[in-house]
Amino acid sequence: MNFGDPFFGYSWIDMIIRVVIVALVMTVMVIYLTYGERKVVARFQQRLGPMKTGPYGLWQGIADAVKLVSKEDIRPTNADRWVFEFAPYATFIPVFMVLASLPFAKDWGVRNLSLGMFFVFAILGLNIVGIMMAGLGSGNKFALLGGVRAAAQMISYEIPLVLSLLAIAMIAGTLNLNLIAAMQDERPFIVLQPLAFIIFFTAMLSELHRAPFDIPVAESEIVGGYFVEYSGIRWSMFQLTEYASMWAFSVFGGVVFLGGWEYPKGDDWGWGWQLALTFIKSGIFIMAIFWIRTTVPRLRIDQLMSFCWKVLLPLALVQLLANGFILIYGASEWWLFGTSSLGAVALVAIVIKRAMRRPSTKLVGAYRTLQVPAP
Amino acid sequence: MTVWPEERVLTAEEASFNTVDMTINIGPQHPATHGVFRMVLTVDGEVVVDCEPYIGYLHRGLEKLTENNDYRQAMGYWDRTDYLAGMCCEGAYCMAVEKLAGISVPERAEYIRVMMMELSRINSHFMFLGAFGADVGSFGTSFVYAWRERERIYDLIEEVSGDRMFPTYFRVGGVTMDLPENFERRCHEVLGSIRQGIEDLDGLLTGNEIFVERCRNLSPLTTERAIALGVTGPILRATGLPWDVRKAEPYSVYDRLDFDIPTGRQGDIFDRYFVRLSEMYQSARIIEQCLQELPKGLVLNPGLPKTLRIDKSECYVRNEGTKGEYGVHAIARGGVKPYRMKLRSPSFCNLSALREMVVGNYLADAIIILGSLDIVLGEVDK
Repeated sequence: MNFGDPFFGYSWIDMIIRVVIVALVMTVMVIYLTYGERKVVARFQQRLGPMKTGPYGLWQGIADAVKLVSKEDIRPTNADRWVFEFAPYATFIPVFMVLASLPFAKDWGVRNLSLGMFFVFAILGLNIVGIMMAGLGSGNKFALLGGVRAAAQMISYEIPLVLSLLAIAMIAGTLNLNLIAAMQDERPFIVLQPLAFIIFFTAMLSELHRAPFDIPVAESEIVGGYFVEYSGIRWSMFQLTEYASMWAFSVFGGVVFLGGWEYPKGDDWGWGWQLALTFIKSGIFIMAIFWIRTTVPRLRIDQLMSFCWKVLLPLALVQLLANGFILIYGASEWWLFGTSSLGAVALVAIVIKRAMRRPSTKLVGAYRTLQVPAP
Repeated sequence: MTVWPEERVLTAEEASFNTVDMTINIGPQHPATHGVFRMVLTVDGEVVVDCEPYIGYLHRGLEKLTENNDYRQAMGYWDRTDYLAGMCCEGAYCMAVEKLAGISVPERAEYIRVMMMELSRINSHFMFLGAFGADVGSFGTSFVYAWRERERIYDLIEEVSGDRMFPTYFRVGGVTMDLPENFERRCHEVLGSIRQGIEDLDGLLTGNEIFVERCRNLSPLTTERAIALGVTGPILRATGLPWDVRKAEPYSVYDRLDFDIPTGRQGDIFDRYFVRLSEMYQSARIIEQCLQELPKGLVLNPGLPKTLRIDKSECYVRNEGTKGEYGVHAIARGGVKPYRMKLRSPSFCNLSALREMVVGNYLADAIIILGSLDIVLGEVDK
């Protein structure tokens, strides 16, 4: 039997079964991602992490989930009721819809969309709406700041994200994620487009509000940001969203850049290996995210924006242009590799140069003339 | 303070779009305030327009309590001021009482005191490095690194004095008891691990581009302004002025020890951070010298009276606390209790620079500026 074949013919029953499988796997993934994050971070910080609940604390995630579900659901009196209560779902649904379009093995996703990549862009943008709703509806200033920060950040970083993915779409000549994965049987696209990968990964961290871009949820500044007023099941919806989107992005990045279920030997070794490849590749992404989270501090909002608009976006555009010329004149793949590697080196050089530059004499600061008011 | 060089002329449309400044209440329960400090920030979007600090949540009436207890009983209250480095505060209090009463301290006790004070200083600076890393946003990794070393220092202090945070180890005229037998070996062990810990934190934070980007050029303080605002300690030294009471007005046995005063160049947040980091190495140096030169002998002046009565006298004593100049103005008017014990706490005075530094910067920077002041609320609120 081919793994991609429908279970009961191509019918709605099959579709429902696939949705249920993805939903269940996602829930288990989220529970164990929280556990995994706590363990990995603990290792980085010379701690043990959860150890008490079950062997090596393995049931910790489940215990947390039970606790969160049974907690009181508090709504502040000055919150906008419907906006406040609907916001967690508005953030979660887009992420789940993205998961429904990803290929986990050959031809195996909930739905194999011919415009899969486009669908992912379009749907991920909707995530912001829920976050803004949470920020505005909570009736809390920290939440408002978090919501506004999240909106600014996510909208800005969506552009380099999309452009870096378009570079891949140009090479692949298709937006079908399954086909994109299948085209990487010889080499993953990261080899051809290292610059696009770097841009994608940076923008992805920002979209997920993970360190060093965790500005909307900055613990030490605005204490959690847009979900500061949420508790119990609604808070856990946000948590679910955070980890589910992290996983979705990781699988997506794996499919587009690391060869998804195809590279290496995906076709030869069957669907078990393909699934394993998907999980290994998303695991690499997730591990990198955890690692970065434990080591780097947080950027400030203006530094974040200037990095996006002044560094990532121009480089992504140049990459797109270079790809266009190379593809139109039918040059070999080595050209793609060469130009993009140059770009990647340039990006790293820019970052290092920014780090090494002489301190300027100008003060850091605001956009308008400010006098210290008399006390 | 002009923050942006040229004033932008607003278009009619922009001018008609009225925006309202928002007030944000940071604290008293907020992870960035390191205690129960509260600052009310008026923000225009992300930019802080005004900052009003509120203190007093941890007021315990230290000075009044001291006046109501005799000279020796009051000791226990004083290491609860700067509770991260209790020994430094005890040192200042003891110096004040000794000066009032004219009591001498045996040399061995002086060396032990210096070692304990420097261990406390390292301890407090570790706390700063860890918490500051967390303020800038490094998710507690720096915190845990710092905690590991602090735990070792606390263990050592416990072995010496019997308590970890509030040892009440110093006495008027010396210290409570002599060092334990294996102190020298243990101290070298701890110092080795401290050095490793400082290097770890140095590697984690100093070279990190994002950290440098956040801290460089942020709210620089000139030496003149710092002096005008009454700022002392590492923040003053970061502006380039090598003012350290240990060198400028040597007390105890500091004049016999060889150490440097690290200073910064521009007084910005990064310099403050780096001055503290460098000071820790110097403190370790001081402790090593003390261990070498440690004389034999008594640790408590044997000629002390049973009840300490001090006739009319007055003095001002200062030592270099971990946050700056820790001054005690003591007045005695006979009897077993002090008439007045005024504390000039460095954290409180440094806090007066907060408003000037915060206004005009981003909200996120306000947090790390507060963090860079390294206040201890026990000392601010007394």
